[in-house]
Amino acid sequence: MAIASITVSETPLVLYTLRRADDALILGHRLSEWCGHAPMLEEDMALANMGLDLLGQARELYSYAARVEGKGNDEDKFAYLRDVRQYRNLLLLEQPNGDFARTMVRQFFYSAFADLYWRAMMKSADATLAAIAAKSEKESAYHLRHSSEWIVRLGDGTEQSHARAQTAIDHLWAFTGEMFEVDASERALIDAGVAVAPASLRPQWLKTVAGVVGEATLALPKSDWMQQGGREGRHSEHLGHLLSELQSMPRTFPGAVW
Amino acid sequence: MYTQALNTSDADDRPVEDATRAAAFQARIDAEERIEPNDWMPAAYRKTLTRQISQHAHSEIVGMLPEGNWITRAPSLRRKAALLAKVQDECGHGLYLYAAAETLGASREELVDLMLAGKAKYSSIFNYPTLTWADIGTIGWLVDGAAIMNQIPLCRCSYGPYARAMIRVCKEESFHQRQGFEIMVTLARGSEEQKAMAQDALNRWWWPVLMMFGPPDQASQHGDTSTRWKIKRFSNDELRQKFVDATVPQAQYLGLTIPDPGMKQNEAGNWEYSAIDWDEFKQVLAGNGPCNRDRLAARRKAHDEGAWVREAAEAYAEKRRHRQTAQAAE
Repeated sequence: MAIASITVSETPLVLYTLRRADDALILGHRLSEWCGHAPMLEEDMALANMGLDLLGQARELYSYAARVEGKGNDEDKFAYLRDVRQYRNLLLLEQPNGDFARTMVRQFFYSAFADLYWRAMMKSADATLAAIAAKSEKESAYHLRHSSEWIVRLGDGTEQSHARAQTAIDHLWAFTGEMFEVDASERALIDAGVAVAPASLRPQWLKTVAGVVGEATLALPKSDWMQQGGREGRHSEHLGHLLSELQSMPRTFPGAVW
Repeated sequence: MYTQALNTSDADDRPVEDATRAAAFQARIDAEERIEPNDWMPAAYRKTLTRQISQHAHSEIVGMLPEGNWITRAPSLRRKAALLAKVQDECGHGLYLYAAAETLGASREELVDLMLAGKAKYSSIFNYPTLTWADIGTIGWLVDGAAIMNQIPLCRCSYGPYARAMIRVCKEESFHQRQGFEIMVTLARGSEEQKAMAQDALNRWWWPVLMMFGPPDQASQHGDTSTRWKIKRFSNDELRQKFVDATVPQAQYLGLTIPDPGMKQNEAGNWEYSAIDWDEFKQVLAGNGPCNRDRLAARRKAHDEGAWVREAAEAYAEKRRHRQTAQAAE
């Protein structure tokens, strides 16, 4: 007997917090898939480190969303008992690991954003989000440094690594626009000083990304077509498979405590 | 995690060494002094340790696979984070054990190549599959428990770098062991289904865990040299008995039944267990365990698919060196 999904009262603050929590969980989960299979032991350690940081962020954000919602949900119910249409993460973060270049470019695009985002969020009018931001900013700074170093190594390494890194950039580029999008529910939070306007971060993001990509002798695509939908629960086909694995235990054993 | 007791000897390799140096070396060992990388040591001592430490390192790395099998399916976010951190710890153990082996003059690359070629062993416990979440609890409770039993004496091993690595490893292992036991406690207090899951895991892991201590003392070929060199301080059977005596009350506390109907407590208070199926042990050691092929294949795949990444990192480092040299020359 499978267990039904929960319902969530998505007030603007709950929705906003869940979106960030889902980002952290889904990327953390993807990174955890590498554990034991990385190109070198040092990278097994680093990918697990970043995954653990993100899982920690997800847990704090889910717990906060649960407190704000006040309907008896908790971090595990949010993570394990919402279906693919209820997930609110960025499409970028659910993209499969692919090769190491794909994983690092995904990390790099997101961390370059998250670093700026969390730093700005430290000034949030919401004290809990500001506190989570203060911790997450330190972690994102490390993720950005680590992934930037790899982009440069891969881009300026061998012919093969260069080609793989360029392919990854070309493949993932169309998923970067979503990071800067805002809907009506977020706009109210931005006006209240709870959230930051992500569009304001884009110039600095682009500068960081272009700088590293240039140093890596790689190029950013000319195309400005961007995919969207994750924030509203319109995902790629990949997320459903991720969730079926992630959620298999609580879905199989309803109500069990582990 | 842990390496299996060694059962081959290199004593035959050390015929023509300087008798005076050998005597002085043994005197230092007898005086409980630590041997350090730059100290003179018999070639056989070096070879034995290189093999033992590298097998231990391989075990940590291969040991990431059975537990890693459950990271993406851990039943709660707390368990997921704890398991990922635990498997990361195993990787860390592998790294500093390879570093300890390198102090003896072997490179990590050549040691790993031996493992990937199937020429170096790792603990055969990792050739068993993790089928349910209860296996993750059981591995922490029993496999890490057995590892600690084996490794605590290694903290006093005569070779300094290995002994020091073991101190850190043991601290982390005992944390893992408590974490695993706590998973078992939760299952034991859970639904009938969860209790059955816990019992099933214990049934499958119990005998392979007892085999982790290596062959019985009568069959062990080499205890002597390793004991004289103070690499090994207790016999396989002594450690196995210690483990069984410590574990029986824990199983009782959990309300689980050890799958050995013949087990009984003797007058001295020790739990006497039934005969171990050493044929199974030999089969797993020979490559015929349920997961031997999968484990090696997974490690080879990671190694092969990561080759272009390692090459890129080397090529980039080389380019950087060139540029720096060129800059310095300007």
